[in-house]
Amino acid sequence: MKNVLKPSIAFAGLLLAASPVYAADYVIDTKGAHASVEFRINHLGVSWLKGRFNTFNGEFSYDESNPNASKVNVEIDTTSIDSNHAERDKHLRSADFLDVKSFPKAKFVSTQYTDKGDGTATLEGELTLHGVTKPVTLAVSKVGEGKDPWGGYRAGFEGTTEFKLKDFGIDYNLGPAAETIYMNLYVEGIRK
Amino acid sequence: MASIKHIRNTTTTYGLGAIALHWVVALLVFGLYPLGLYIDSLSYYDPAYRTVPNWHKSIGIILAVILVTRIIWRAINPHPESIKTHSNAIRLITKLGHIGLYLLLILVLMSGYMISTADGRPISVFNWFDIPALPALIEQQEDIAGEIHFISATTLITLSLLHAAAALKHHFIDKDNTLRRMLGTKEPS
Repeated sequence: MKNVLKPSIAFAGLLLAASPVYAADYVIDTKGAHASVEFRINHLGVSWLKGRFNTFNGEFSYDESNPNASKVNVEIDTTSIDSNHAERDKHLRSADFLDVKSFPKAKFVSTQYTDKGDGTATLEGELTLHGVTKPVTLAVSKVGEGKDPWGGYRAGFEGTTEFKLKDFGIDYNLGPAAETIYMNLYVEGIRK
Repeated sequence: MASIKHIRNTTTTYGLGAIALHWVVALLVFGLYPLGLYIDSLSYYDPAYRTVPNWHKSIGIILAVILVTRIIWRAINPHPESIKTHSNAIRLITKLGHIGLYLLLILVLMSGYMISTADGRPISVFNWFDIPALPALIEQQEDIAGEIHFISATTLITLSLLHAAAALKHHFIDKDNTLRRMLGTKEPS
């Protein structure tokens, strides 16, 4: 076994050494819709209501050899909220919730990326939502990176976070089970 | 106070058909408007949060059916002539006012329909039958239709109140038959 493994380890080492190391900037592939901003919130303590923001854009920089230097920023068009029910979306856009007339954009700007060395990381940043800016922490895991079939290079991550709506000044009473919103983000970036 | 007995309009006065359609529409409009404002005030945990909007939509669909019936009835009936004492200016204002009321009714009903059907969901009329959705015409149709619905409904109520005030003015100040024709009472002889 040892004899079989040795050359393959050596080969892997050679590959790693040969792969160029970049501090690369990526544009989140919203054009091809290989990214999504999803949320879920508990409904009456019996189930989950899921929705997403259809329009957003963002960029990140990521370097495998220096992951802690990674940066992310994402801007979300709050009017693009979609919970698969027009009347509910109308209500969610109103002053009871997102108040999209006053706050048409939400944004996230990272402040610190802490790589845990196992493909996961903690991403801290400032979230601006409903006109309120507060720090949030995302649990991030890298999905993968590599060449795409069309001559480009891509890297993708998923991240989760949760926060109380009340912390961002959205205090419409949806019941005790629905105070926290859970966000799931999937971003695929195309290297510039 | 003797009442008229004819269903169809004559060239001088409205028949029972037109009178009934007029007052049913008036009743529904003045019922739906406060109901709509009430819906806006309901919180998520209000027991009426789900029922009252369904009533509002269901009654709205019934009103649309009645309005179509009324427009057809109007088209196939003689139109009573203007009251002789009315000046040309009054006749013109009356005409424009009535056209405005009809157009606003159509606009309110269409915009209301477009809110509820923006995502392809039908409107269930008292869980009795469904009015299917038409394909959405614009992005975020529910929001734009919602704004139009509120503005046109408020304008409709305002114009209706002016319409009622004008009828009362004709009745009590001018002492003509304007209101009496729509109540179905015969002219005092």
